[in-house]
Amino acid sequence: MADAAGRPEASPGSALIELRAVTKVYGRGSAAMHALRGIDLDIAAGEMVAVMGPSGSGKSTAMNILGCLDTPTSGTYRFRGVDVGTLSRDQRALLRRHALGFVFQGFNLLARTTALENVELPLIYQRVRRVERHRRAMTALAAVGLTGWAKHTPAELSGGQQQRVAIARALVTDPAVILADEPTGNLDTARSREIMDLLCAMNRERGITVVMITHEQDMAAYAGRVVHFLDGLVEPAATAVEDA
Amino acid sequence: MLSNSLLLAIREIRRNVLRSFLTILGIVIGVAAVIVMVTLGQGATAAVRTQIESLGTNLLIVRPGQHMGPGMSSDAPKFSLADVAALRHDLPALAAVAPAASSAMTAVAGNENWSTSVTGTDNAYLAARSWTLAAGRQFTPSELRAGRASCIIGATVRRELFGAQDPIGQRLRLKKLACEIVGLLEAKGQSSMGMDQDDLVLMPIRTLQRRIAGDQDVDVIYLSVKPGRSMDRTIADVERLLRERRHIGSMDEDDFRVRDMREIASMLAGTTTVLTSLLGAVASVSLLVGGIGIMNIMLVSVTERTREIGIRLAIGAREAEVLMQFLVEAVVLSSFGGLLGILLALGTALLLAGALKVPFIVDGGIIALAFLFSAAVGIVFGWFPARRAARLDPIEALRHE
Repeated sequence: MADAAGRPEASPGSALIELRAVTKVYGRGSAAMHALRGIDLDIAAGEMVAVMGPSGSGKSTAMNILGCLDTPTSGTYRFRGVDVGTLSRDQRALLRRHALGFVFQGFNLLARTTALENVELPLIYQRVRRVERHRRAMTALAAVGLTGWAKHTPAELSGGQQQRVAIARALVTDPAVILADEPTGNLDTARSREIMDLLCAMNRERGITVVMITHEQDMAAYAGRVVHFLDGLVEPAATAVEDA
Repeated sequence: MLSNSLLLAIREIRRNVLRSFLTILGIVIGVAAVIVMVTLGQGATAAVRTQIESLGTNLLIVRPGQHMGPGMSSDAPKFSLADVAALRHDLPALAAVAPAASSAMTAVAGNENWSTSVTGTDNAYLAARSWTLAAGRQFTPSELRAGRASCIIGATVRRELFGAQDPIGQRLRLKKLACEIVGLLEAKGQSSMGMDQDDLVLMPIRTLQRRIAGDQDVDVIYLSVKPGRSMDRTIADVERLLRERRHIGSMDEDDFRVRDMREIASMLAGTTTVLTSLLGAVASVSLLVGGIGIMNIMLVSVTERTREIGIRLAIGAREAEVLMQFLVEAVVLSSFGGLLGILLALGTALLLAGALKVPFIVDGGIIALAFLFSAAVGIVFGWFPARRAARLDPIEALRHE
């Protein structure tokens, strides 16, 4: 807290996520690939941020770093003031378990496993007891409008329904942040709008910070702020406007 | 953490029933093979023991020379008829004392001839071995005393020389000696060692000594102990008497050997026990192969489930938890395979024991051992795939198709 208090921008409710001069380099020497060339990005608690940019602009790399799945080559990533770069693999796993939720483009549900069991999965890792686990998973399924589909496996669900199961799985642990990587990329327009409405509702009603990558302008329009990536850098114009 | 891993593992096994079954098939067969082999082996051991004990546990066999190892005996003077008489006279605990001297010979009757074993003895031989006559009579005292050329034949000799004819009163020729057949032994079939017990000719021992062997030797003395008398004490008495008669100093080793059927029984049982261990060892190789089968499927399964592992890691599973899940999965699979194998083995052994006519003896120890071993197989062969799963990079794993 003392560390956070020393910074002018670290007032309560802001700078949940704080990237400073973050670079990511894959490979070495002449084969080195600079995915991120030094980005600064602050995301406050309760924000809904859309990340846009062409393929290879580094937005997926940035999401992996934000999701604590990867660590920066240089620079710092502070999550709630904690330098993620100094955490061990297991400590980052615990951070993901308790504070982060993921929604992927390809849904990434466990096959041949019911919607209910999929949603229960993060709670199992949190050691939530059976009755409580079941109750919370059913509540999460209800929140995404899938009460009647609890016993269905992903193969028996439409794409839109699968993505809603994935959202239920992300929010069942009541995370601080949901990271969504092109959550509507595999869905038609109507389904996409339903998913976006759902994410907006989570953001608005529960105060969950949402960071999502999208290619589509009208999906980005749901967000309170749009961050543009280009060639491993955050486009200054967009961030400058938002930071002001 | 263990109950969590168990929950995850059981969900995973249920998700892939067929694959899980095929994975454990090797263990099922391995465990079943070990238990069936050992169970049948122990049944056979018990069967051999009962069979030998039915030959008469009160029978003692005394031979000159010490047993030096398989098929080897030290050289020692033979017994004499005087030894036999002394045993009869001095040891009231003995029901029957029979001398025996044997020689392999060709018996000829008419146009038929048959190679057989000729034993010189007396009527006590029949009593000591509880043999009975199917036809004819025993030797008369005068035949025994005078060494007359009369003989009692076994069922095999009768069949080979006389076919279905009545042999009593007929003659057979042994070298130059023509013998009158006075008795026919009851057929006894094969011994437990596979020897034909009916392929023999008995004659008075004096006849054999004088007219065939040309010596005064007694090769073996058969003794039967009266019911209720202590075998061990009788053996000691026999040994003491024979040491005295053979002038063996108190510091010297016996130059003869008294064996009882219990000893032979345990020797034979020992043979089947060795055989059982061998069969068990061969069968346990299949258990090892079953373990390799589990490792193989688990490795394939880790590759196949890379994406799933990525999801688990992204959701917040720690390395140790993924490791535990796969390890527990392997152990649950292999011990379930062990259980199935035990059931299969008990059923198979029960059927086979009935078919092979050996007693069905369940050894709880070997069953527990097989079960623990199958669980251990899961740990050993599940470790490598589980570690591989736990060390996956979540980003790579999520990208995996």
